Amino acid sequence: METLVVAVLLTFLVVIAIGIIVLRDLLGAVILLGVYSLVAAGAFVVMDAVDVAFTEAAVGSGISTILFLGALSFTSHKQKPRGHDSVAALVFVVITGGVLIYGTLDMPYYGSAESPAQTHPELAVRFIEESGSEVGPPNIVTSVLGSYRGYDTLGETLVVFAAGIAVLSILGLKRRRPEDEVLEDAPGDTARGASDNQQAYKE
Amino acid sequence: MTQLIGLYSYWVVIVLMMAGLYIMIARYNLVKKVIGLGLFQTSIFYLYITMGKVEGGTAPILVEGKELVYSNPLPHVLILTAIVVGVATSAVALALIVRIHETYGSIEEDEIKDIEAMEPDA
Repeated sequence: METLVVAVLLTFLVVIAIGIIVLRDLLGAVILLGVYSLVAAGAFVVMDAVDVAFTEAAVGSGISTILFLGALSFTSHKQKPRGHDSVAALVFVVITGGVLIYGTLDMPYYGSAESPAQTHPELAVRFIEESGSEVGPPNIVTSVLGSYRGYDTLGETLVVFAAGIAVLSILGLKRRRPEDEVLEDAPGDTARGASDNQQAYKE
Repeated sequence: MTQLIGLYSYWVVIVLMMAGLYIMIARYNLVKKVIGLGLFQTSIFYLYITMGKVEGGTAPILVEGKELVYSNPLPHVLILTAIVVGVATSAVALALIVRIHETYGSIEEDEIKDIEAMEPDA
């Protein structure tokens, strides 16, 4: 039964992915990407990954969609209706996919309890058996995230911090006007050259 | 037949990944490329979660005094990290696209290349 639900949700995902490829309207594609994340979150619940499901629903489907909508409000909604050279891309994608599918033939089957990932004594087995006494929280994912793989989470925080700084510095540069630039010529500031380019293009 | 049922989810995930890759290669619109990247990322999340599932298992939250089968919590942790990092990277990509649009007035890759060709020293 569970397998059937997962199979149906997977089929939904394929339909949505085809919709994203076909749609020329970027707004529609962004909304479809949000729907895609939400359907994936539903499938994660069926596959017992509840923490991942609510993170995917909140971050993947919520915040990510808002970011895309914000970017679209600064740019344009329409993808230019032009024929692209997609035959080479299609051949490349089909070959890559074929190789990957060939690679899955050795993989443990869906739901297998004997696969190496499930039976490695230092990983999943230890987390499930010992985390209650070693760390404490009943949610094993919390224990692994905060304790066993704590440095991983620290690194994640660092990446998010770096990304925040990057976004601020990329978008912050545009506030400078060319006349301000003459007064304070900050090193490494490219806003002036950029606006000059734009002017040159308009001419 | 058992192979079909056992590996079906992997195969569909690969189809989804290739859909994202195709968008990234064949579409010239930069926002569409980032959408393709998001599609690819979410498919990889799906692949990991699929590998963590144990038949007849339940969510990895300990219940006192019961012998339950739990699904593997490790892929869940890895993907939690990956979701947040994925959003951070697409935020940087979108910020760059906004700046490109301001500079070139376009987010179509081929148009930007034409502008660059007209202004070699730009």
